[in-house]
Amino acid sequence: MEKLLKIDRRILFVLVALAVTIPLLFRFKMPVPPTRHVKSMYNKIDSLSEDSHVLISFDYDPSSKEELQPMAHALLHHCFKKNIKVIGMTLYPAGTGLAEKAIKEIGKEYGKKSGKDYVFLGFKAGSSLVIMNMGEDIYTAFQEDFYGKKTVGMQALKGVRSLRDIDYAVNLTASGIYEAWIVYGKEKYNFDLGVGCTAVMGPEMYPFIQSSQLTGFMGGLKGAAEYETLVGHKDRASAGMAPQSVVHVLVVCFILFGNFIYFASGRKK
Amino acid sequence: MNFLKRTVPMIIAFVMGVLMAFQYYVPHEASQNLLKVVTRWGMIISGFAMFIGAYSLFHMHWNRIKHKVSGWGYSIFMFFGAGIAIISGLYNGGELFWNDKQSGTMFDWIFDYVQVPAGATIFSILAFFMASAAYRTFRARNKEATILLISAIIVMLGRVPVGTMISQYIPIAADWIMTVPNLAAKRAILIGVSIGVIATSIKIIFGIEKAYLGGGD
Repeated sequence: MEKLLKIDRRILFVLVALAVTIPLLFRFKMPVPPTRHVKSMYNKIDSLSEDSHVLISFDYDPSSKEELQPMAHALLHHCFKKNIKVIGMTLYPAGTGLAEKAIKEIGKEYGKKSGKDYVFLGFKAGSSLVIMNMGEDIYTAFQEDFYGKKTVGMQALKGVRSLRDIDYAVNLTASGIYEAWIVYGKEKYNFDLGVGCTAVMGPEMYPFIQSSQLTGFMGGLKGAAEYETLVGHKDRASAGMAPQSVVHVLVVCFILFGNFIYFASGRKK
Repeated sequence: MNFLKRTVPMIIAFVMGVLMAFQYYVPHEASQNLLKVVTRWGMIISGFAMFIGAYSLFHMHWNRIKHKVSGWGYSIFMFFGAGIAIISGLYNGGELFWNDKQSGTMFDWIFDYVQVPAGATIFSILAFFMASAAYRTFRARNKEATILLISAIIVMLGRVPVGTMISQYIPIAADWIMTVPNLAAKRAILIGVSIGVIATSIKIIFGIEKAYLGGGD
């Protein structure tokens, strides 16, 4: 019995690898009922009129791309479908490539043009200082967009002077930068804010949801899949639900089996 | 020297700390303009901080190679990777060797086909270690560990679609764990951390906390 507790961890790794790959090879659909926190983000964007402005801050890098990029895609589908102007930016130097690709690709699907229907402002160093500067004047924080075009007079920014004029902001993040968006952005300049975060960060959002500092949040791949369901555009996140479910069940089985052996062998260390 | 290294920074910290704390509560135009200028200065300083970060990284890896510290060979790869990325990024707008409409510039290619898969791979390895750790160490040794274990199983199942398929009550229970005990604990931690941040800020402004000035002379 005790030998089972000392099982080679490579066997466990193979089991996890199989739990991921088999559901990907033999795809089966799983229902993804949207939770209230994702629904409230969706409802907020859905309630906006055409030509409203949604700011998306892509504050993540390739390491968390698998969880956050599907969220970005789902949000962009929703905004472009509703002819909402998108203002993209990032406070992560490695976030520019992912953010630009997402906006450009999804924008192309809907025939949207840079500078007219959306603007990608690129990266600026300074995190909370950038947020505060944007709160005072968006054009001093970003004098040019990612492609070097002057932001003053840009059609996509028509009617926007500072963060106060943003109709909704979404922070897609894999770090604590969402707190800077709440403290220095939402609270100071009074705009509605939603967050898309990695699954491991999900529990941190609940105090801010209860205090209405966040309108909602998407947590991990499941959050992205829920948003895809609401938008009606099932993509990578929805496809990832089957392997994620199988791996979660496998980990639960590991825990239960490990404990069974632990008790059966007389609770030895 | 001590005056420039310690006294001047402390005076700047005091003046700016007090000024910006008052600025927050003054909605006058002059106050808004001050914030605009100060935040722009801050952004410029942050830009220089990135150079210092890069210098520090290169310096550390150069020393590893120089003193043949265990694993120094990896440092060569750091210089190799950083060198290629920097040169391809700076030279001719990222078009070092090629630029076609399909794959973009060479800099784009490095990002898409080296940095993105490498970053995602490193992060995904976590799942394997977590599964192994769950099997080996997650034990119901006492009352507290048992509560943690049961909560973990409920949340793990409640956060994926399969939880709903097993029982409609699992996601409800998972949501309750998140919105009641989790929220209470997170808020307590948040308040504690925030009070700590305020206390440290006051200590820095009034020159009681000097660790940020660094050691040496």
